[in-house]
Amino acid sequence: MSDTADRVSKIVVEHLGVEADKVTQEASFIDDLGADSLDIVELVMAFEEEFGVEIPDDAAEKITTVGDATKYIEEHKG
Amino acid sequence: MRRVVVTGLGLVTPLGGDVETTWANILASKSGASRITRFDASDQKCQIACEVKPADHEYGFDPDKRVDHKVQRQVDPFIIYGIDAAGQALEDAGLEDMSQELLERTGCSIGSGIGGLPGIESESLVLHERGPGRVSPHFVHGRLINLISGQVSIKYGLMGPNHAVVTACSTGAHSIGDAARMIREDDADIMLAGGAEGTICPLGVAGFAQARALNMSYNDRPEQASRPYDKDRDGFVMGEGAGVVVLEEYEHAKARGAKIYAEVVGYGLSGDAYHVTAPHPEGKGAELAMRMALRKAGMDPSDIDYINAHGTSTMADTIELAAAMRVFGSDLSGASMSSTKSAIGHLLGGAGAVESIFCILAIRDQIVPPTLNLDNPDEGTEGVDLVPHIPRKRPVNAVLNNSFGFGGTNASLVMKKVD
Repeated sequence: MSDTADRVSKIVVEHLGVEADKVTQEASFIDDLGADSLDIVELVMAFEEEFGVEIPDDAAEKITTVGDATKYIEEHKG
Repeated sequence: MRRVVVTGLGLVTPLGGDVETTWANILASKSGASRITRFDASDQKCQIACEVKPADHEYGFDPDKRVDHKVQRQVDPFIIYGIDAAGQALEDAGLEDMSQELLERTGCSIGSGIGGLPGIESESLVLHERGPGRVSPHFVHGRLINLISGQVSIKYGLMGPNHAVVTACSTGAHSIGDAARMIREDDADIMLAGGAEGTICPLGVAGFAQARALNMSYNDRPEQASRPYDKDRDGFVMGEGAGVVVLEEYEHAKARGAKIYAEVVGYGLSGDAYHVTAPHPEGKGAELAMRMALRKAGMDPSDIDYINAHGTSTMADTIELAAAMRVFGSDLSGASMSSTKSAIGHLLGGAGAVESIFCILAIRDQIVPPTLNLDNPDEGTEGVDLVPHIPRKRPVNAVLNNSFGFGGTNASLVMKKVD
């Protein structure tokens, strides 16, 4: 697992209180990890903090899986 | 008329994370007060409080037992205390598995006096220091007073009335009284009722200190600071926690063979119409509330065996006592009257519910809890049993609980043993 993927997973585990082995790159925040729309807003804020990236609302709306988040961050972090 | 009984109890207090631990410590005359550990209080005028203790403490509270990790991260402490106390009460009443039909007849009335002050304080700093885009999406619903009732209803599937009282330090008593009425009015068969508070944060302590309501001269002797009726009292000690009871329609409770602790028979409410923080100097509002509660109960003053006083360890203690003497007679007709705030501090919006539970346990165990630190009773207390220092074994068949709040809002509850 890449360093980014690892750090993304840790944030998801901490924020959603889910088992680490459920947080695969394919996992959907809402369907697999029990998140609601507000949890995703909070996760996006946490990713922005952790990686120093800005994730605009229209991009955030397209992030539905853990892998989507990892990919976006890898492509946009400085 | 539909009768209302208490069939379950739940407590989170500075003396325990459950009912039996708290009650054992109350009867052992322990104090929950200490110097504030939650934050650096060295610049505060008042540096002590009765904090709910961490899980690894001898009588600590473990939020992981009943509150989801995700919820814990999103909400203020008062909501966590409230959810746990509600869960305890449901379990105690044997109501973990309810039919859909019963869930639709079960509601919540769990309030708070102030609500999520620590979260408002910290998120306000986030706003100022880092801008609106960093404010948590959970900020609002993690602080709102009715979100104990909301969270409990979601967690347990309760679809009856969903309500929350906000009457400062009378909240817990009003919550129980109002919920009992909802059952009597046939809005529900079961109600989870109570109150919670968690405002031990820099802004909360400073605010009450500036209002001259908190003690300030016992920073080096925290356990002696809460001393209702004592000549040397100088303000309340802030507490935190929650108390929730299961109220149930009597025939319903009987039919399912529930354990019945007591019946809620009287409820009195009044306003002081006097001052925002100070009680009416003659305790007129307090007197009206007590008289109404007795009248509704159809009881004489002499029927009451124990009064759990509002008794905050402020000058108001003797005003309340004088009002009680006018209602009950100069010797309170033989009733014992104590303030358990001497042990757990003032739980503000949680106080009336927690203290009602102590009243119920007094009936169950035929023992009244003590008033700690009552070394030199103030003038005007002569001839009254204020239960100094240690609990007193005595017959307890009927009890009255007083709660009074800022804004001049008063509530009295009368409960009695069910034969």
